[in-house]
Amino acid sequence: MKRMGLSGNYAAAYAVKMADVDVIAAYPITPQTTIVEKLSEFVANGELDAEYINVESEHSALSACVGASLTGARVFTATSSQGLAYMHEVLFMASALRTPIVMANVNRALSAPLNIWNDHSDAMAERDSGWIQLWASSAQEVFDTTVEAFKIAEDVQLPVMVNLDGYIVSHTYEPVNIPDEEEVRKYIPSKPMKNRLSPSLAYSIGVVGPPEYYFEMKYQAIDAMERSRVRIREIESDFNKRFGRSYDDIYTYFMDDVEYVLLTMGSMTGTARVVAESLRSRGEKVGVVAIRTFRPFPSERLAGILGDVGGIGIMDRATTPGGSSSPLYEDVASCLYSVQKRPILQGFVAGLGGRDVSIGEFEMMFMATKEAAKSGRSKPSIYVGLRG
Amino acid sequence: MSTAFRNIKDVPKEEYLAPGHRLCAGCTAATAIRQILKVAGRDTVVVSATGCVEVATSYFPQSAWKVPWVHVAFENTAAVASGIESAMKALYRKKKTTERVNIIALGGDGGTFDIGLQALSGALERSHDFIYICYDNEAYMNTGVQRSSATPYCAATTTCPPGKMSSGKRTEKKDLVAIAVAHNIPYAATATPSYPFDLMNKVKRALDVEGPALVHVLTPCPTGWRFDTDSGIDIGKLAVLTGLWPLYEVVDGVTKLTVQVPKREPVKKYLEIQGRFKHLKEADVAEVQKRADMLAAKFGLGPVREQVQA
Repeated sequence: MKRMGLSGNYAAAYAVKMADVDVIAAYPITPQTTIVEKLSEFVANGELDAEYINVESEHSALSACVGASLTGARVFTATSSQGLAYMHEVLFMASALRTPIVMANVNRALSAPLNIWNDHSDAMAERDSGWIQLWASSAQEVFDTTVEAFKIAEDVQLPVMVNLDGYIVSHTYEPVNIPDEEEVRKYIPSKPMKNRLSPSLAYSIGVVGPPEYYFEMKYQAIDAMERSRVRIREIESDFNKRFGRSYDDIYTYFMDDVEYVLLTMGSMTGTARVVAESLRSRGEKVGVVAIRTFRPFPSERLAGILGDVGGIGIMDRATTPGGSSSPLYEDVASCLYSVQKRPILQGFVAGLGGRDVSIGEFEMMFMATKEAAKSGRSKPSIYVGLRG
Repeated sequence: MSTAFRNIKDVPKEEYLAPGHRLCAGCTAATAIRQILKVAGRDTVVVSATGCVEVATSYFPQSAWKVPWVHVAFENTAAVASGIESAMKALYRKKKTTERVNIIALGGDGGTFDIGLQALSGALERSHDFIYICYDNEAYMNTGVQRSSATPYCAATTTCPPGKMSSGKRTEKKDLVAIAVAHNIPYAATATPSYPFDLMNKVKRALDVEGPALVHVLTPCPTGWRFDTDSGIDIGKLAVLTGLWPLYEVVDGVTKLTVQVPKREPVKKYLEIQGRFKHLKEADVAEVQKRADMLAAKFGLGPVREQVQA
């Protein structure tokens, strides 16, 4: 084990190197680029024996990954924002063809106006593409989650997207514990999977699925996502045992004797924690819940954790124009609908296009959540920090 | 370059495209694929673009493919092939496999000339060791005969119909081989299943070279070109004999005609047997003839055969 100062992006690159991937296909886009720059360097230096495909677009990046993955190779790509949007149609094919690709998505706002800074609109727009979505909130978590992602993807035969917030996580240097390569290899052995394009099998893959069959064919990938819930937790617990760090599909903080919860995803969790600490010292019974596995969404467990609280403030870093609320809010609300004593929910949309979400704003969100819980009535989504 | 196929005895008996597929009666794309796979053999992965061939050969629960076959999307065939080629290379180098395969990317003219051109250009520039086959039936036949950038001058399609203000497609067909050659690839060629040995030798050479190769195959389409289902092969021959479809190859940048045409047929003979050219006026025919004459001059074909005046 060694301790290195790494940015979130470099932490992802180191994890990919340790996973001994066979193929990387990627296209540069800010703020993801330093991941694939680092990987190119590893390949150029001979530190990683992989084919690096300098594709001409993100559409081709993911297409090449699908082809490569079908041969049984271990495959990685990385993107952000417009790049992920450009991959859109291929994302669905990657999941339905059951290709265990791992992709780092460095979360960035979608144009227009052009904006290279962080929000979650890119990942939320691909919510229904059949990819497992994991969310990391520090460089260490990026490293660990990327290693886990290969294990999860190959185990359940679904692609995995590891999300990290642009700049806030991707470009912030933090101390990261890097395990010995041998340990990582034991956890994710680099032996190839079945080559589904082998002449000895002569499969036809990506066929026409007429109405008599499409439903069942599609359902297999849906079912795999459902079944991945249990496997992800088992894989995480195995990781925790081996590497001594503790991950779960739901992150909780200060959840004993709790009345109000701040619910987040990604790097905002850190701010929420600081605010919760300060509020606790002032006697407020507040806790933090962060979703680490957005797909599959941990509905049942979340309902168990949140079923008793008075009020929940849900921080979305994306929105659904014209929808009943925002993506994270909707999932939380859905899973709480059937609990006996439903908590009051207050939705917030914050930090679009990289706007900083301050401690003061978090305190305001807490106050608004508390007020909603007390009065029993919440307001429509509050756009935090939006100038009139 | 090798000339492995001179007569029928040189052609393997094995079929890798099974009968019973759903392509139209008289489809020459199916003929071309049979010829291609006979050359490539069993150890071949075919990557198909969305299109006629894809939908008509892979309708679940049937498949006509006896070799591994994959379809992902319309525009990304060359990119998917890139991924397969790179992965097989890495796995072999890392001693994770002993398998070696030919990789054939197969797209129609829509999937190649139009929506897939970017992915194709990328794959050619990156110099993957694969061959790209464009089966060109000169329009979007799978969706019902819409114009593509491979549709020839004056042809009628459902999105460039002749009318009071138009006599079919008003622009030229792209020069796909020239585009491919501009990437400095080692091998590119034109072909048609009407000249099976020429086509098969070209596929063999394309497979033999190291790096990317492109074979552009004209595949007459009875449905879209509107001719009798028994005449596809004859029409392909006429395309060659009129000079509208010269058969040549470009090896390391050097162009060589592979089928000589000492006396050309007038283009009228080719045009008048196809419904898509039915609307042509004499002036249009003369314009098409001019194009054939230019191609003949470029590739060194002979003059037009003297016509017996009625």
